Amino acid sequence: MTLQGWFLILGFVALLLALTKPVGIWLFTLYEGRRTPLHVVLGPVERGFYKLAGIDPTVEQGWRRYALHMLLFNATLMAFTYAVLRLQGVLPGNPQGLAGLSPNLAFNTAISFTTNTNWQSYGGESTMSNLSQMLGLTIHNFLSAATGIALAFALFRGFARRESKAIGNFWADVTRVTLYVLLPISIVYALFLIASGVPQTMAGVVEVQTLEGAKQSLLLGPVASQEAIKMLGTNGGGFFNANSAHPFENPTALTNLMQMLSIFLIGFGLTWTFGKAVGNPRQGWAILSAMVILFLAGVTITYAQEAAGSPVLHHLGVTGGNMEGKEVRFGIAASALFSVVTTAASCGAVNSMHDSFTALGGLVPLFNMQLGEVVIGGVGAGIYGFLLFAILAVFVAGLMVGRTPEYVGKKIEAREVKLAVLAIAVLPLMILGLTALSSVLAQGLAGPLNRGPHGFSEILYAFTSAVGNNGSAFAGLTANTPYYNGLLGVAMWVGRFFIIVPMLAIAGGLAAKKYTPESAGSFPTTGGLWIGLLVGIVLILGGLTFLPSLALGPIADHLAMISGKLS
Amino acid sequence: MAQTTQSRSRTRSLFTADLVVPAIKASFLKLDPRELVRNPVMFVTAAVAALMTVLLVIGQDDLSVGFKLQLVVWLWLTVLFGTFAEALAERRGKAQAASLRATKAELTAKRLNGDGRQFDNVPASQLKVGDIVLVETNDLIPSDGDVVSGVASVNEAAITGESAPVIREAGGDRSAVTAGTRVISDEIRVKVTVEPGKGFLDRMIALVEGAERQKTPNEIALTLLLVGLTIIFLIAVGTIPGFASYAGGSIPVAILAALLITLIPTTIAALLSAIGIAGMDRLVRFNVLAKSGRAVEAAGDIDVLLLDKTGTITIGDRQASEFRAVSGTSPRELADAALMASLADETPEGRSIVLLARERFHVATAGLPADAEIIPFTAQTRISGVKVGGSLIQKGAVDSILRANAGSGETAAATELRRITDEIARAGGTPLAVALDGRLLGAIFLKDVVKAGIRERFGELRAMGIRTVMITGDNPLTAAAIAAEAGVDDFLAQATPEDKLELIRKEQTGGRLVAMCGDGTNDAPALAQADVGVAMNTGTQAAREAGNMVDLDSDPTKLIEVVGLGKQLLMTRGALTTFSVANDVAKYFAIIPAMFVVLYPGLGVLNVMRLGSPESAILSAIIFNAVIIPCLVPLALRGVAYKPMAAGPLLARNLAVYGLGGLVAPFIGIKIIDLVVGGLGLA
Repeated sequence: MTLQGWFLILGFVALLLALTKPVGIWLFTLYEGRRTPLHVVLGPVERGFYKLAGIDPTVEQGWRRYALHMLLFNATLMAFTYAVLRLQGVLPGNPQGLAGLSPNLAFNTAISFTTNTNWQSYGGESTMSNLSQMLGLTIHNFLSAATGIALAFALFRGFARRESKAIGNFWADVTRVTLYVLLPISIVYALFLIASGVPQTMAGVVEVQTLEGAKQSLLLGPVASQEAIKMLGTNGGGFFNANSAHPFENPTALTNLMQMLSIFLIGFGLTWTFGKAVGNPRQGWAILSAMVILFLAGVTITYAQEAAGSPVLHHLGVTGGNMEGKEVRFGIAASALFSVVTTAASCGAVNSMHDSFTALGGLVPLFNMQLGEVVIGGVGAGIYGFLLFAILAVFVAGLMVGRTPEYVGKKIEAREVKLAVLAIAVLPLMILGLTALSSVLAQGLAGPLNRGPHGFSEILYAFTSAVGNNGSAFAGLTANTPYYNGLLGVAMWVGRFFIIVPMLAIAGGLAAKKYTPESAGSFPTTGGLWIGLLVGIVLILGGLTFLPSLALGPIADHLAMISGKLS
Repeated sequence: MAQTTQSRSRTRSLFTADLVVPAIKASFLKLDPRELVRNPVMFVTAAVAALMTVLLVIGQDDLSVGFKLQLVVWLWLTVLFGTFAEALAERRGKAQAASLRATKAELTAKRLNGDGRQFDNVPASQLKVGDIVLVETNDLIPSDGDVVSGVASVNEAAITGESAPVIREAGGDRSAVTAGTRVISDEIRVKVTVEPGKGFLDRMIALVEGAERQKTPNEIALTLLLVGLTIIFLIAVGTIPGFASYAGGSIPVAILAALLITLIPTTIAALLSAIGIAGMDRLVRFNVLAKSGRAVEAAGDIDVLLLDKTGTITIGDRQASEFRAVSGTSPRELADAALMASLADETPEGRSIVLLARERFHVATAGLPADAEIIPFTAQTRISGVKVGGSLIQKGAVDSILRANAGSGETAAATELRRITDEIARAGGTPLAVALDGRLLGAIFLKDVVKAGIRERFGELRAMGIRTVMITGDNPLTAAAIAAEAGVDDFLAQATPEDKLELIRKEQTGGRLVAMCGDGTNDAPALAQADVGVAMNTGTQAAREAGNMVDLDSDPTKLIEVVGLGKQLLMTRGALTTFSVANDVAKYFAIIPAMFVVLYPGLGVLNVMRLGSPESAILSAIIFNAVIIPCLVPLALRGVAYKPMAAGPLLARNLAVYGLGGLVAPFIGIKIIDLVVGGLGLA
């Protein structure tokens, strides 16, 4: 580990903390449905959408209606993308003349982008036409992210409102978030990327003469526009197969930093918005502190492991850290940081290959996802997932102050506990269940590249990434098979919507409750004790559930590595 | 019945033979699946134990029979320890109920016939609502009811444990009588107000036996959490065989079973109902009957306490502390008149006036002259006095004295008297005006004496986030002064029952939970509206019906302790849940390496406790998991230590003890058990 490396990591966190409140304020304005300076330009556009769709944005919805409209919206979009991908061969915008996708690959990819996962079973630029990328996929980059933020707003309203039946209007939330947050930032961000050398063109292949005199065809496309929202919306599906390790997606050290910042930007901001919504920004800072502690712990482990490298290679005379699968342009610190950021945040973009990390260095990204992507997390999804853990933490420990547990003024009772447990149980059920299934079925066993614990990690990582809606791949796993495409598609769908629906039910129930004023006897949900408790609950619940799988995967792998046996 | 008092004392040992032996018997009866299923975690444990018993006979694996036999035994013991904890808690209540039952069995009634003179002797169980019964000296009152005629002193020790008799009379707030109490003088006629089997005594028996016990809201929520955790761990353990097969091995079912049982929250599940029963029981020992567990929980959540001034904040009786004469009258003159008017007044206030006059002015009066004519105090006139030697001395409420002597118009003396009485009120006192033959002499300063230590109690309550509101019939000036002296947060002066009800509603609209106590019939609506309404046992039947708790000692101060007991109940549940969950970490470190070491020998490094052998590690974890239950039974029954303090420090303390303690204790416990198991050669 180097001083420079730590400077990058801590500077990165400091930058984000400085941006938290401004972003939070902006989001809070939209949460409240108030005007922003951008309304002058975009206000008519917004109203135009409502008019076109026949929606009255002032009519609020109860949680059931909110959930139903959200599901219909997402299901329709998924069907649309499925159709685009299947019909790619006959649609325009296909300079390479690529064929349509197979049913199982189209199914997998459509779900993947609808659920903000962006798991890529396909080969990026070599499978997708420009039209498919822009219309079929980028649309989800915006709308799945907007859906996530809208859902977080709905849950915030549940906590903030008193004796109310409604939790907002889904259409208004999605439209506003897209128009006033995602679109403007993406435009500016894309322009910055273009200035940094990221291509943005409708042309296909460019032939260049290399220094050695050989001819090389370089594939170009509308990269910058997809790149911006890919990070900002924690989508992670790159234009190129190599994702952010590709110089056209991520050309410089500055773009690398900007990419990492943009992954976390909205996630950090939403914590402040939450605090403000419930009337005390310190509540938001407490949540953010717990997340940052978990994040920094993860970075420290991964960075230390990668910097130390593999003793097997040291024996062979290769000194230094583990550079396998990493871009020399970024080095160990920036790669380790990127890997933890992208897995903590449900983004899934990669600037290095996680499969090539040391065992424990790779364990951190895996564990981050198994916790349900709640360490900062995907836009919206991170904080609503974390708040589910907060509900359980309040319930377990809250009784210890001798009162019915309360969180930000709402009593946490049987209904909340039941629904939170239900939502959280989806993670082990899908991750462990499908991994176990694939560990015994021949179709499953055909997937992993490696044998032994590392191969097991590959399967485990794939399902974890899918259920957590992360989308990063451990590589090594041949996932483009009907078996994996189908099962991973189901895992992504369940991992997103089977958590969202109980979460919205909690929001609806909380909104209807009375407000319980805080007193000296209330369970304190700001301050160090609460932050420690949150970290503890997340680690214990996550750790206890996934320890057996981790023991047989990365931990066994690690032990084999340090004992000098290469798996 | 005298021993009732002792049997309710709080120092009673937990593990005496008369409690433990029947509890052991009952713990086997509770293995009935229909009863077990009410506790899902223990049901799963029992199902796994049953499965392992079957596999012990027919199963095929590499494990030794001795190891598996021990495993099965400990699995069953885990279940039995759980049913034992519940049985023991119930048993403690049953012992108390037995004496009440004996009382109930011997009840007979003298039911009056239509003419109201003749009566038939009938068993109490045949009485109907509306029947009139005659109760004579030394009779037990056969049913709950209202006195319709007569006055009697009644010994209510059977219910309250208090042997000093109380007066019960027709009309007013002291008309309610309770079945099983004994009339010790005079005779009364009682109108039956409850159906047989639904009276106070029946309810009390049911309560202390825990027969009617229903899960409280928090208990339901906690049970759901435990079920959720059980499901999550079922998934975690159930998928291991799949993982193991990838690694080219298999894990014996016995070991998976052991892992599952140690991970699911058996500790808190086993103790959960015992904690609830014991919480109610503590209240009963404290001579407060809660009509439901929900009420006890609500007590812990209370945000606002409405406390009656008299008896709770001040000692019941006001003391005369000063004579304030109007100009033209000497204090001595006033004292003389006040003394005369108070000689026949046997109330503590009256006695204190006599005492003050003697101390201040050394007035030596043997007693009232023989020809003195006493004018008794009535609620209508609010004046008492005496006619002696042709002159009339009046003493009473200022307004009443002024009204009674208003013939002379608004005199200078009247104006001055008002000023004096205002001063007295502002100083927290109650003025009592004195007039001699229509001439206003001045006022006596009656001082409310705030109870010693009550200010500190309110300070504690404030630290706990509980607001105190003093309820008094005094005027606002007096109330403000006493409120300031006692350190309450707020007060409601000249409070009518409607005011109380409105205050409660207002607080509840703001999301706060309110507790109050009351005794009169006009308190009933407020008692019913309050989240915790403690009715005094001396109160009317209506009040006792409306409240969700009844204080058998009729001590309004106990409201504060009731809140403490409610909090203690919730804290005990939370502490043991946290402890139970934290325990899992150590159990993982015992079982995971033992389980997987055959697949990847390198995983032996996770065996941080350096346990003897894989078998010993698994056995030690399951033994620890079982024996921790009886070890925690005393804590579950007694409740965790409770001291009033703010939530922050309280949480820090409990997290350190039960959270960190829960993490560390099993590492030590399992290591010790492992050494014993290894030493005895059990594995």
